[in-house]
Amino acid sequence: MTEPKRGGGATGPVSLFDPGTMLRLGVIGAVMLGVVAAFAWSAGWLSPHRLTQARMMETLAAVDGIHPGFRRNHAKGVCVTGWFQGSGQAVPLSTAAVFRAERSAVVGRFALAGGMPFQADAPAKVRSMALRILPSDGAEWRMGINDIPVFVARSAREFRDLLLATRPDPATGKPDPARVGPFLAGHPEVARALGLVGARPVSSGFADDTYRSLDSFRFVNAQGVSTPVRWDMVPVQPFVPATAGTGRDYLFDDLLAVLRRHPLSWRLMVIVGAPSDPTADPTLPWPADRRQVEAGILTLDAAESEDGGACTGITYDPLVLPAGIVPSDDPIPAARSAAYMRSFTLRAGEAKPPSAITPATIAAEDRP
Amino acid sequence: MTPIVRFSVLARVLHWLMAAMILGMLFVGVSMAATEGPAYATLVALHRPMGIAILLLACARLANRLLVPPPPLPAAMPLIQRIAAIGSHVVLYALMFAMPLVGWGMLSAGAYPVVLWGPVRLPPILPHDPALFAVLRHLHSWLAFTLFGVIVVHLGAALLHGLILRDGVFAAMASWRRGRRDIL
Ligand code: HEM
Ligand code: HEM
Ligand code: HEM
Repeated sequence: MTEPKRGGGATGPVSLFDPGTMLRLGVIGAVMLGVVAAFAWSAGWLSPHRLTQARMMETLAAVDGIHPGFRRNHAKGVCVTGWFQGSGQAVPLSTAAVFRAERSAVVGRFALAGGMPFQADAPAKVRSMALRILPSDGAEWRMGINDIPVFVARSAREFRDLLLATRPDPATGKPDPARVGPFLAGHPEVARALGLVGARPVSSGFADDTYRSLDSFRFVNAQGVSTPVRWDMVPVQPFVPATAGTGRDYLFDDLLAVLRRHPLSWRLMVIVGAPSDPTADPTLPWPADRRQVEAGILTLDAAESEDGGACTGITYDPLVLPAGIVPSDDPIPAARSAAYMRSFTLRAGEAKPPSAITPATIAAEDRP
Repeated sequence: MTPIVRFSVLARVLHWLMAAMILGMLFVGVSMAATEGPAYATLVALHRPMGIAILLLACARLANRLLVPPPPLPAAMPLIQRIAAIGSHVVLYALMFAMPLVGWGMLSAGAYPVVLWGPVRLPPILPHDPALFAVLRHLHSWLAFTLFGVIVVHLGAALLHGLILRDGVFAAMASWRRGRRDIL
């Protein structure tokens, strides 16, 4: 038996200078170049104005400075742990296991908005709660939620432009009115949202604060019915109005002190949207009379420094959702998911200096 | 004239199906890694299961490649060209496995759930290790750019065989006409 051969059309040596050959070579070159150009275009290499994850990180660094090893936003924080006890009441809305009447482990983080890891605490600074809820079936739910009534931008680009317009002027340390004014004039929705944020009641600390999803999602139940939702974490601790605090880290010190005495709890209130409620625009509040479902109670009973803490080596990506919760047409969670992975990649690859709240701070305060 | 001997039907089907999928994945990948827009969520949700599908197809393809030999290269082909052809195919095979494994591994190391669709998740293949996540995330990009580069050269070489050399190498993979001999 002979080996099968390809043979076929081979016609001996080809001359490069034959016009037909040159034309074909040109076609091959054009095809290769076309594929490379399409790839470069897709990757954004030909579009300097496209808002990519890399440019979002550059903006955060330009506004807040470069702090290797730290989160590019919400940089100052502490890790907390506890559990979430589902009430079963949200089961008719969503199949997610976290809502069943059972306990899920929680790894969370309290933080101040902004990329400055050593900024001084102050009453009006935006505070956040981040949660990783791990039910026994492994279908985890992550969220990062803030203590403001609405988000301040309708898209990632608008948020980027707002950051640039309101960044502190190096000379005065305050936003430059000559930049802020025209920006707000051109973005009345942002101006209105900032007004709502500025008018919120400010609580005394992390423990008596209400944290809100701001973004809209959809719950899907066992019948496949999909409902637009937002949610609030409402403190069981009574609200105490803010007073000026003392010390750079007073908000965190207070949180650590109260957690040493007793656990803290929040009710997860799911706000059931009507079909007419805006889901694609997190700057718009929903009507206050929407039905609320108490989906369960979050209890946090321990805090630790983020240096070596369980909240540091993960990112609270709002698109890490269990089956039964899906994204809505709100464009912000996708923008966040993209930005959080990039921030996580950067900081996870960098050496991290000690945080504002170190394990030593916590140990020192632990001593009577 | 000796008749053209083609790759087996399975090899050809897998080659072209995977060519479309892998090129698609490269474009989806660089598009999603360069956008803060709403498409990010959709593209990532497509990228994960499609990458895992490529991993499964690559297993089937390697098994088929080991069981059914490819048609031999033209006898007249110079040694250097043979080395280039075989070498680039080895690199393509290696990256068909490495790309999805690195993608899966990096999500594992970053403690992300590896969701395929709905409730279907894959277990982690690496322990939670943020520094390793950072390394693998960069490796995923650099391997992807290498894969793209090799594919462009592979495409150029295929067209060179098909349009200029016309030595049957292109037809061995690209001809679907009846009556031609397949390797068995
Ligand atoms: C396009 C808009 C936004 C961008 C670009 C953005 C960007 C970021 C980045 C880069 C981080 C650090 C992530 C990490 O390294 O793990 C972060 C953290 C955070 N963001 Fe956003 N964010 C946006 C919108 C929002 C919204 C709407 C909320 C609230 C509903 C929010 C709440 C949080 C929280 C709570 C954290 C801290 C999570 C933690 O403690 O680890 N962000 N953000
Ligand atoms: C984009 C258009 C493509 C064209 C026109 C093309 C064309 C060809 C041709 C003509 C052959 C036969 C070579 C021979 O006989 O040795 C071949 C083989 C091969 N191609 Fe492609 N190809 C393309 C894309 C790809 C892609 C995306 C991959 C994988 C990443 C790939 C992987 C391979 C491999 C590994 C072989 C060797 C055969 C085998 O062992 O499976 N090709 N290709
Ligand atoms: C043949 C298989 C695969 C190919 C060709 C591929 C290709 C790519 C490319 C080109 C990028 C963009 C890199 C950059 O521009 O920096 C990317 C990013 C990514 N890939 Fe893959 N990939 C594959 C498999 C997978 C798998 C199986 C997973 C997960 C299960 C995965 C998860 C990701 C993730 C999470 C990103 C990062 C997105 C971001 O930066 O926000 N990939 N991939």
